[in-house]
Amino acid sequence: MELIFDKSCEGRGCSILPECDVPIVLPSDKDKRAKKLNLPELSENDLSRHYTELIKRTYGINDGFYPLGSCTMKYNPKINEDMANLPGFTKIHPLQPEYSVQGCLEVLQLAKGYLCEITGMDDMTFQPAAGAHGEFTGLLLIKAYHANRGDVKRTNIIIPDSAHGTNPASAAIAGFTVVSIPSRTDGCVDLEKLKEAVGEDTAGLMLTNPNTVGLFDKSIVEITKIVHESGGLTYYDGANLNAVMGIVRPGDMGFDVIHINLHKTFSTPHGGGGPGSGPVGCKKLLAEFLPAPTIKGTKVLSFEFNSKSIGRVKSFYGNFLVVVRALVYVLTLGKEGIPEASKNAVLNANYMMARLSDLYDMAYNETCMHEFVMSLEGLKKETGVCAMDIAKGLLDNGIHPPTMYFPMIVHEALMIEPTETESKETIDKAVEVFRALHTMAKENAEALLRAPISTPVRRLDEVGAARYPKLKYEYT
Amino acid sequence: MNFQEDVMYTESHEWIKFIDETTVLIGITDFAQHELGDLVFVNLPQIDDALTVGKTFADVESVKAVSDVFSPVSGIVCEVNQDLLDAPQMINEAPYLAWLIKVSNISEQKKMLNLEQYREFVAQESEK
Amino acid sequence: MGTYVSTTERETKEMLEVIGQKTVDGLFCHIPEEVKTKGDLNLPKGISELEVRKKMENLAAKNIMFSSIFRGAGAYNHYIPSIVKNVAAKEEFVTAYTPYQAEISQGILQSIFEYQTMICQLTGMDSSNASVYDGATAAAEAIAMCKERKREKAYISATAHPDVIATVKTYCFGNGIELILVPEKDGVTDEAFLNANLYKAAACLYIQQPNYYGIIENAALIGEAIHSVGGKYIIGANPISLGALKSPKEYGADIAVGEGQPLGLPLAFGGPYLGFMACVEAMTRKLPGRIVGETKDLDGKRAYVLTLQAREQHIRREKASSNICSNQALCALTAAVYMATMGSAGIYQVAIQSRSKAQYMADKLGEIGFDLVYNKEFFNEFVTTSPGSVKKALSTLESNGILGGFPLTGDKEGTILWCCTEMNSKDEIDQVIKILKEV
Repeated sequence: MELIFDKSCEGRGCSILPECDVPIVLPSDKDKRAKKLNLPELSENDLSRHYTELIKRTYGINDGFYPLGSCTMKYNPKINEDMANLPGFTKIHPLQPEYSVQGCLEVLQLAKGYLCEITGMDDMTFQPAAGAHGEFTGLLLIKAYHANRGDVKRTNIIIPDSAHGTNPASAAIAGFTVVSIPSRTDGCVDLEKLKEAVGEDTAGLMLTNPNTVGLFDKSIVEITKIVHESGGLTYYDGANLNAVMGIVRPGDMGFDVIHINLHKTFSTPHGGGGPGSGPVGCKKLLAEFLPAPTIKGTKVLSFEFNSKSIGRVKSFYGNFLVVVRALVYVLTLGKEGIPEASKNAVLNANYMMARLSDLYDMAYNETCMHEFVMSLEGLKKETGVCAMDIAKGLLDNGIHPPTMYFPMIVHEALMIEPTETESKETIDKAVEVFRALHTMAKENAEALLRAPISTPVRRLDEVGAARYPKLKYEYT
Repeated sequence: MNFQEDVMYTESHEWIKFIDETTVLIGITDFAQHELGDLVFVNLPQIDDALTVGKTFADVESVKAVSDVFSPVSGIVCEVNQDLLDAPQMINEAPYLAWLIKVSNISEQKKMLNLEQYREFVAQESEK
Repeated sequence: MGTYVSTTERETKEMLEVIGQKTVDGLFCHIPEEVKTKGDLNLPKGISELEVRKKMENLAAKNIMFSSIFRGAGAYNHYIPSIVKNVAAKEEFVTAYTPYQAEISQGILQSIFEYQTMICQLTGMDSSNASVYDGATAAAEAIAMCKERKREKAYISATAHPDVIATVKTYCFGNGIELILVPEKDGVTDEAFLNANLYKAAACLYIQQPNYYGIIENAALIGEAIHSVGGKYIIGANPISLGALKSPKEYGADIAVGEGQPLGLPLAFGGPYLGFMACVEAMTRKLPGRIVGETKDLDGKRAYVLTLQAREQHIRREKASSNICSNQALCALTAAVYMATMGSAGIYQVAIQSRSKAQYMADKLGEIGFDLVYNKEFFNEFVTTSPGSVKKALSTLESNGILGGFPLTGDKEGTILWCCTEMNSKDEIDQVIKILKEV
């Protein structure tokens, strides 16, 4: 389809503003823009149609099944959106006096209380705008903790090789050296390797549990104990919290600091890549280092600036409207609904796995948590059809593919996370599609290698895009 | 899999061509480019950069992967193959012509494999 | 309680049978009993949608919405056209994930490509990414882009937004870049200090244009100073100002960043906002975050895809120069719709009206003893003294439903940072003057 720039016509536009009612003042010549600014000029009708055309080429959770492993693509409730759009929230300037923003502060205070309870933490900041931003923040808390004690030789963060890429990247930009430890063949932490890795230079361990292959690490208590005994702290990546809410809390597993993804576990939308929100919770021993400002008070709330704080990680107080949505979700579900969500997430994943395990090779043949990983290595050897081809075949069947080629420790991986908000019928239908694609791989592999054929565009030349980057429209 | 007669190899799949006793060209082998797939970008060092044996000096990118290139020698970078910046596919097309850098003043070098040794090493790697 | 689970009891039984488990609790058998949560979480009982709505509306009602706002300082009250809100609320855009599956994500990908183009137009730069969290983290990421071996000192002007300086400081505590604050003199970056103290191997210099006090910095000359030592020049710009003022490129910047909130995003108590980042071509591969590129599909059709991914954390892991994964894509889409709705002429209008109203207000304030602190050209913000108590002046305005300027602190105690946008009519400004006169 055409770009918005192709549709632009000089002299068109939308009428939005009144005439200026004060004398016009122009910038001095020294600072006046010289180069013409080229922005699209479209009538409002054409503009509206342009975006409607783009919508038809977009696939959201509302379009169908979206079992994207490790992303928790659950239904995004409409009431969340409504509440986030209340003028009493959207029209509030972040630098209004405290007495005039008590509602906003109460939203943050309530959300903090509930999320600390769910995760077993003592305190929390909402400044981080996303999961990776939370990781960075949490790691800086660990850094500040050791620095405050004068323990400057703790420079290593231990991370299993199955971790999300953000973990080692966050550790590196927080100034740590990453020590990667291999996982056992069952995908869990190798305790012997962990014992070898810890020492006086260990600042901490970063761990996802349930881990990135969808299994709960049975040795979790021992793992956090080993790290603590070495003098290090433990960081919980909350990417997979959706499996265990109300069942077990990271704080009780022995973790000192966590981030959670409101845009995964707490039903806020992904927006095509963001905004998310990655609040960081911590135990008491780290609370004084949380980003400033924090909120204090009971009846009248106010901001507090702790002198030992690591400082700011973002302007103002974080992605506030995302926190509003998450609060609405927690209030709606409450003490019964929160564990119910996790239980059904795990039920759905195990059901789907059970219905596929006779045909597809599961990377790990045991009870999974909220997601499971299949390996298509065998199928690829036999038929030439790889994980990517099955994914592309799903596109022709109106299903968003699972996460592909992650975790890296499983070859030809497809990672499936149905989430709790999908019905049995939806899963049953998806299972039929997966089974049909498996048959197709054996009987008519050629056709699968050509998939997708029903989408707005077919497979793309990614090599060309990266070799000769064209990153913007060129005006002629 | 192609091999080249007049070069030495490393277990990390670099090839080394000696121009004289203290000057070499370094590239990546046919096996390496094959494993990586279509290359889309190469990060190269700058002229006069000092190389340390065993340390990474460049990386090569495909669409979904990035791989370090390790220096088999210690020395000083005296030339960089700028053509690769615009056409990294030269490495896919002719890996033994597409040298990455020229290194002079070599002071140290790691254990290298000759053609037969490398051929055998690759055969073992392929079986894994 | 509310629920979004549809599975019935009967279905649960059927599913458990297929799995080969007797109870749902059996699925959690790998979790050690000793750490399992005993009993209920200490949360309130779930409530119906109607009850939730009432509770949230009550919370929102505890905030005070001011009918006119003369406060900026990093968050700006511009008009948001209806179509902008409408498009940004479409549920396909709202509920999609990052467009990794390009074949069914052309809508999102194209919208980002268009956003990147518009940001390049605005800033004059060659390449833009698909957004970072906000203006402050964009500044921090830009500084990290400039770190090189032997170039590990970064300069930031004290006239940048305090939250930007604070955020950059935090990032530098992490990544080990030495941060040097260039002092302020008479409301602008101290050029004499810069010329005397710039370190030979400086990595970069960051300034804000217009600066925190609304003043237009001598940006071209400052750029020459940092370039003379081989460092990179980063300008943090107010995107609305770029409708009328020189672009960062025209001032010689290598990287342009900024807070994108003025481009159609609500004040929303500080977020979600939008960090935009663009740079000259030579630095493209150092840009953090997602980038969309144009390519072709198997049939030769024009199409868009996430590209240059080998820069990113999911591939480069600990060697990545940024850890960003989720960004602010929906905010970038919002900004793109805003820019397309307003067009070049519209953005120019917003810029000029904001500038003009600020001048009108500054003049009027001057007549009643709120004098300009700096005698320099400003954009839509300016600092004045206060003839009486700042607190009293502002609280009187507040009791009249007006959010006045921002009271500055520290060595600026006693002064007020005012802001005007196209939203402030002449009548509103006159009203402020009338009220203040009587204080």
